[in-house]
Amino acid sequence: MAHDHNLAIFRGKLKFKSNEHKIWGVFIFLSIVTIVEVVLGIIKPGFLMKPFITPFEGGLGATLMNIILSPLVFLIPLNLIFLVLTIVKAYYITWDFMHMRDERSSLRRAVVWTFVFLALYIALIFLIEGDYIYEVYKSSAIKWNF
Amino acid sequence: MGATVTTTEEKIWGGGNEPMGSSYGKMMMWFFILSDALTFTGFLAAYGFSRFKFIESWPIADEVFNHFPFMHGVDAPMYYVALMTFILIFSSVTMVLAVDAGHHMKKGKVAFYMFLTIIGGLIFVGSQAWEWKNFIKGEYGAIETRGGSIIQFVDKDGKRIALDKFAASIPGDRAHHESSKGIWFASEGSLPTYSIAEVVEGFKANPDLLIRTETLYHTSHTGDDLHPSLNKEKHKTILTREASLERLSQAAHVVEGASLVRNEYGNKQFANFFFFITGFHGFHVFSGVVINFIIFLNVILGTYEKRRSYEMVEKVGLYWHFVDLVWVFVFTFFYLV
Repeated sequence: MAHDHNLAIFRGKLKFKSNEHKIWGVFIFLSIVTIVEVVLGIIKPGFLMKPFITPFEGGLGATLMNIILSPLVFLIPLNLIFLVLTIVKAYYITWDFMHMRDERSSLRRAVVWTFVFLALYIALIFLIEGDYIYEVYKSSAIKWNF
Repeated sequence: MGATVTTTEEKIWGGGNEPMGSSYGKMMMWFFILSDALTFTGFLAAYGFSRFKFIESWPIADEVFNHFPFMHGVDAPMYYVALMTFILIFSSVTMVLAVDAGHHMKKGKVAFYMFLTIIGGLIFVGSQAWEWKNFIKGEYGAIETRGGSIIQFVDKDGKRIALDKFAASIPGDRAHHESSKGIWFASEGSLPTYSIAEVVEGFKANPDLLIRTETLYHTSHTGDDLHPSLNKEKHKTILTREASLERLSQAAHVVEGASLVRNEYGNKQFANFFFFITGFHGFHVFSGVVINFIIFLNVILGTYEKRRSYEMVEKVGLYWHFVDLVWVFVFTFFYLV
């Protein structure tokens, strides 16, 4: 509970002497991640601006591969990096600043799994639907943007 | 009595028990945060929906948010939001330091760190207000066509040109309608600085000017209305002079800055989502500051010293970190991706 903190981050690779040290350590880590994001966002390196894999074409197998490898097929690597870094930041804020690391696993799961499941669910539905409407607008006979 | 068998049951039903090893207040704060996080998820998912729907005409964030205080006219994309992010993360750090000091029952330290947290929160809200001010005021101005799309003006190098740089001055008698003059039940918002005729005349008088549409250019796009040399991949499409003049004949509104009806940056939904999501987040920051301030007063008054527990600081701390957490996602989806 309150007084016994788990003082190790990065799966125990980095241990801190006191909780205060850990807070500063996590702050430095979050700052580095934010700086990386901002630098990437300003430079926008050319090789990260095109998806690594062009969509597979063909039958069911190609469709399946497109789904399985969708982050590499449909996302430019830059955005994929941003998404991963954002989740990394969110993890350390929740686990160390909000002390989720020190809570019981039952509370952790009740809060985190509920959120992750519902968030992925709504994001998946909304994004697929948005893309569908885009395709309809694009290929329909109605001239909608002039 | 079969006491040995029933001890655990007595423990469970005897009261004073904490499910999931967490006190009632803290657990409820966690579940409140969960529901609030789902609300924000809904907003951001809706934002993603609209963005996917208008993927080719969505404004580019770097071109919209490129202001920095005291550096007027300098193109500084992202620097200011990055600074705001740091301020918020840092106020999160001071908050968690206050919680930590609370565990050690150090009243002075708790008060000091909470004070810093409140200051950080106020700076953040102020920064957001400044960001809104720039967004609402706008910089270049644009024209909305009859079809509802935004067209912007660039010079022969593809650099943006503000309306006041080229708009002609035509004397006219169109006055701002107020309910005291004329029909009392009708009203209108403020008039733009230039009329459509002035913008069109100015455009015709400057043969170097071109029009930039809201559509993203892709190398596969072809057509004789596309400018032969200025178009770049993942940038907005620039038209030839002839196509520009033709497109300008469709002008319907002069747009300066942003409102909930139209904005000079591009798609209408963009400004609406910006106002709604950053506004809702700003409201959270503001209420976080107010709650922090109340708890700060309580710390100073010694309420928690008497209670022998600084758990209240921990609970508002959770809320404050949550505000930071939301900003991390807003930052990614509005400014980076």
